[in-house]
Amino acid sequence: MGKATVWALFIILFFLHQDFWWWEDSDLVFGFMPIGLAYHAAFSIACACLGALAIRYAWPHDLEKFAEEK
Amino acid sequence: MTTLIVIIGYLCLLLALGFFSNKLFRGTSKDYFVASHSIGPFLLLMSVFGTTMTAFALVGSTGKSFERGIGTYGLMASISGLVHAAIFFLIGIRLWAFGKKHGFITQIQFFRARFESDSIGYLLFPILVLLVIPYLLIGIIGAGKTIEPVTAGAFPALFTNPTAPQWLGGVPPWLTGLVVSLVVLSYVFMGGSRGAAFANTFQTIVFMIMGLVAFVFIINALGGINNAGNVPARINEKGLVVQDYQFDKQKAQLEANEPPKPIGRVIDFENSNLTDQQPHFWREPVTVEFKKKIPKSGELVPFERELGIPFITFVTYLFIPLSVGMFPHLFQHWLTAKSAKSFRLTVIAHPLCIMVVWVPCVLVGAWASGVLPPGIPPPAVLSAMLNLLVGDPVLIGLLTAGVLAAIMSSLDSQFLCLGTIFTNDIVIHRAGENKYSDKQIIFIARCFIVVIVAVTYGLAMLAKNANVFDLAIWCFSGFSALFPVIFAALYWKRTTKQGAIASIIAALLTWLYYFHESGYGGEYMVGPGIVPAAICFGASAIVLIAVSLFTKPPTEETLDKFFPKKSEL
Repeated sequence: MGKATVWALFIILFFLHQDFWWWEDSDLVFGFMPIGLAYHAAFSIACACLGALAIRYAWPHDLEKFAEEK
Repeated sequence: MTTLIVIIGYLCLLLALGFFSNKLFRGTSKDYFVASHSIGPFLLLMSVFGTTMTAFALVGSTGKSFERGIGTYGLMASISGLVHAAIFFLIGIRLWAFGKKHGFITQIQFFRARFESDSIGYLLFPILVLLVIPYLLIGIIGAGKTIEPVTAGAFPALFTNPTAPQWLGGVPPWLTGLVVSLVVLSYVFMGGSRGAAFANTFQTIVFMIMGLVAFVFIINALGGINNAGNVPARINEKGLVVQDYQFDKQKAQLEANEPPKPIGRVIDFENSNLTDQQPHFWREPVTVEFKKKIPKSGELVPFERELGIPFITFVTYLFIPLSVGMFPHLFQHWLTAKSAKSFRLTVIAHPLCIMVVWVPCVLVGAWASGVLPPGIPPPAVLSAMLNLLVGDPVLIGLLTAGVLAAIMSSLDSQFLCLGTIFTNDIVIHRAGENKYSDKQIIFIARCFIVVIVAVTYGLAMLAKNANVFDLAIWCFSGFSALFPVIFAALYWKRTTKQGAIASIIAALLTWLYYFHESGYGGEYMVGPGIVPAAICFGASAIVLIAVSLFTKPPTEETLDKFFPKKSEL
């Protein structure tokens, strides 16, 4: 996995954010959470996972070294 | 009264924290402004998160969900998880690196060096101040709206002119705003950016924990997690919006309304799919006519509200969270980082922290539609729910302290930041680095902070009925319109001084135009529901590209400084 994959995942997540497919659905998940809200809460978790992948595979090591040099 | 004592106790604790951070203060201006680049991952996460989550996150999100339903979360929170984290990664770390390498303390110093221009600093300074002020206002307005309902009845002989009749004797917004401003001012005075980072961390932990505690108590009062889902207002077969429940405060329990209580009617009720729907639990727009009571006359007047969110609005809201790339107070927090690695925790945990705070608030706002009168001011929804559903005054005091914590953890950074940019980008920049001692520099910063606090307080009293969420969106829209400038400065070598200046002017003019059209801070959409920020952003980006391509590129020396070759990295 490289930077390109991280970028591709970012773009996929952006499109997944536009969940028009549940726009008129007010069904409850787990008996209390509207499905539109549950989906976006799960989306937040996916964003955190993408952040972890970006750090693992696209970390700017060169820039970090540049800043630390005297 | 007990509630008020708990809140005062919390404010005293904050002052004590200010004294403690003052002990760690090294006495230099660099320590005052950027904590000598000493902040580690956890403090950075807490201070960045605490700064971005203000009255907007707790008070505003609950109020907006009360107005428009659960779409509020996708509108601002989940997209912010994606966009904010990307900005911390792509812009925050890069700016931190240049700041550390070249000794920048403020955004304006970076732009002046990158674009080889003094004038860009003088142009940006008033714009940044202009845009931060609405952000400060929402904090002070939000604090006032929160305290009055929960202290209702404490001083009936003293405070006789409440915002709403049921809040007689509550601490009025003018007094809350004054006290909150003075407390924040005190600990920013004492500890500078280190004090703000400590206070932010403490307050962020407080408001996250208290938010969850409030959520649990509200769920219990609504008859448990599964029953809470039945509480929001419902549309009946006649197109009336009804409340199926009411909360009996004396018995401290939820009771069914027999028959359900009508609170409004759907305008153009032709869609049979609407019957038995809870409009706050979906996102399809539905216009409803409600009635609200005028406090002084007691007269009932009708008003219309669109529930749900138009899809085009939802999509174009993506431009709003871009604002964090240009927040001057966030820039300052980024520069406090000890190393680039300090950012890692923030990139991962920021979306999760947003979720932990926003999901309960959005749910509470949607549930509130089923038990509160529809005419209640949206910023007062959270405290009204606490007041109605949580009986214990100590607990209400602690929960309210949590709301104040969220508000103050943003105010401190913003006050400090304005003092920093005024001192460094205007005073020192004009007078020269050696004219003032460190002590004098800190004194100047503190004086400017006092002026800003006074101006903000005055404006907050004038705009005390503004909608916290909408005002915040205007602030964010202005900063997101400036986003093309910071992005191009970091990633496009061909960006020129003229391009950047023209882009800033385009952003300002389009923003001012739409802000004026909105009636200075109201909810406003263009055409079918496009967020003005999208148009301001587009205008700013197009002007930046066009003017840059037709003007002289930056010098090789500048490009080498900001676009180091791979071999030098």
